[in-house]
Amino acid sequence: MRDIFVLAEHRKGEIRDITFEMLSKGWELAEQAGGTLTAVLLGHNVDEHASKLAEYAKKVLVVDNPLLENFNAELYQQALAHIIKEHKPTLLMMGHTGFGMDLAPALAVQLGLPLATDCIDLCLDGGRLLVTRQMYGGKVNVEAAVRVAETYLVTVRSASFEAKEGVSAGGEIVHVDVPIQEVDYKRFVQYVEPPKGEVDITAADIIVSVGRGIREEKNLPLIEELAKALGGVVACSRPIVDKGWLPKDRQVGSSGKTVRPKLYIAIGISGAFQHVLGMKDSEMIIAINKDPKAPIFSVADYGVVDDLFKVVPELTKKIQEAKGG
Amino acid sequence: MDIIVCVKHVPDTTEAEVVIREDQRGIKTEDLPYVINEWDEYAIEEAILMKERLGGTVVAVTVGPEEAEATLRRCLAKGADWAMRIWDEGLEEADGFAIAKVLHAAIKDMKYDLILTGTQAGDDGYAVVGVALAELLGIPHAALVKKIELKDGSAVVHRELEGGLEEVVEVRLPAVFTIQTGINEPRYVSIMGIKRARKKELRVVSLSDLGLTVDEVLQSSWLTIKRMYVPPPKKQAVIIQGSPADVAAQIVEILKSKGLM
Ligand SMILES: Cc1cc2nc3c(=O)[nH]c(=O)nc-3n(C[C@H](O)[C@H](O)[C@H](O)COP(=O)(O)OP(=O)(O)OC[C@H]3O[C@@H](n4cnc5c(N)ncnc54)[C@H](O)[C@@H]3O)c2cc1C
Repeated sequence: MRDIFVLAEHRKGEIRDITFEMLSKGWELAEQAGGTLTAVLLGHNVDEHASKLAEYAKKVLVVDNPLLENFNAELYQQALAHIIKEHKPTLLMMGHTGFGMDLAPALAVQLGLPLATDCIDLCLDGGRLLVTRQMYGGKVNVEAAVRVAETYLVTVRSASFEAKEGVSAGGEIVHVDVPIQEVDYKRFVQYVEPPKGEVDITAADIIVSVGRGIREEKNLPLIEELAKALGGVVACSRPIVDKGWLPKDRQVGSSGKTVRPKLYIAIGISGAFQHVLGMKDSEMIIAINKDPKAPIFSVADYGVVDDLFKVVPELTKKIQEAKGG
Repeated sequence: MDIIVCVKHVPDTTEAEVVIREDQRGIKTEDLPYVINEWDEYAIEEAILMKERLGGTVVAVTVGPEEAEATLRRCLAKGADWAMRIWDEGLEEADGFAIAKVLHAAIKDMKYDLILTGTQAGDDGYAVVGVALAELLGIPHAALVKKIELKDGSAVVHRELEGGLEEVVEVRLPAVFTIQTGINEPRYVSIMGIKRARKKELRVVSLSDLGLTVDEVLQSSWLTIKRMYVPPPKKQAVIIQGSPADVAAQIVEILKSKGLM
């Protein structure tokens, strides 16, 4: 009987949602495999986190060390390498996040273990691991077999699994001492908060959001006029911010804002998962995209498959008329 | 500053219909337009900006078939000094780690202060190559880099985390940084650049030149693709049909009925 390990992700005193999503999936996998679920917690002064995790896992392995206070892939890698060699879990899950993307590939190479990144589903079948992930911007799902190994490493996409309530697992909290050496070649300096803009899109009831389909900056007024007619605010997908056409505080998605307006209109946005993470809980979603296969149509309530340059001006006009009359 | 940039030639599927091959282990690529991977476009730009400021060389390296030379030529036209393409037919099946192994064999004896890659490739989305390459080379790395300030022998970089939060780390050089979109404004390719690129060296290297065999590279792959399929929609949007004017009128009715107008 071997174990499923989940690396807890926490930042600035908070355990991140992805941790609970992985613990839910991990619990299920452990039950199927007849193993136990262990949460691995690396940090400093993290007793509260440990008690919380104990509600979700049979065991919480804690490495408490001042060097682990802030995430540093090099130091986390040392600690995890040690833990994996010692405990030989069947599977170690971590988030496919800014944290996991920096850490997992290096850890896998160091230990000579296979890694499957950005997984949306996992299945342990005897000694084998099968994963589901996406390619081509979410247009294709892929089932892949991971090279057979004693321990499998995976990174998990956010919101792939539902975070269930704690199962009152009454997990045993075990403090372990792991040798960690400070490194002089990589040093945490500080966190920098995103700049606060003049518009708070998270407070808006109506959001008109624009993506790369708008083609050129000079076409943006089309979107602004629609937003104005509706009494909403303009937001956007990442490429629009990358190009400098709209400020960062307008970006919706995993590396931008999470919004839950009453109405979200996605215009010329393909629906990459990083974008969807930021808007999927909107009360009503309308998508306008000329590609009928665009993934955005599987999160939208209503869709228009057409050229935005034809539909948006008509829509603005009809709304103005309806409001004027 | 001598900089190596690893780039990938990828199919652009944002607006195209993706057709899965009969064997279900890949997609049909014949009719798809190919482009430089979006993240790599920012990586090559960052390298050229550094070279313009500090001097040195920029080398663009890819693992890919002959068609991938279009992406290398683009890098040369933008200002890379020379380029290298590594290929063997068997590498079609290679995953991110296998590619990192090939790049490692090609790069390990080259001279460099910095290696840049994209954070991920837009086609397979592995986000593995850069960080795995760093570990193979035994040098430090930082993933998801949105800003680089060079200092004497080190770089202070901003890594992008969730919600727009940035983590600042100082990393000793040589190092590998995986570049996130938006770090700079990629330049357009000029006619002059294209002309100059024709005279630049594009070296073609085989696996055996690197002392590797396809089998050993593929054996180290982490993943084997078993089956591809179109994702079942979690929910299927109600498609509003008709002329733009009809569609607009229907949306107005929907908004009214939900009290949104
Ligand atoms: C670590 C990381 C974090 C990220 N964070 C975010 C994030 O926070 N937010 C975010 O949005 N992205 C984020 N991304 C990027 C994400 O992966 C996608 O690249 C991005 O969301 C694509 O934006 P888009 O849909 O506007 O562009 P595209 O994917 O290029 O889609 C454009 C769409 O417009 C449609 N279109 C084109 N012309 C027309 C027309 N005339 N009429 C109608 N439709 C048209 C096309 O069919 C296509 O579907 C992140 C990526 C990474 C790796």
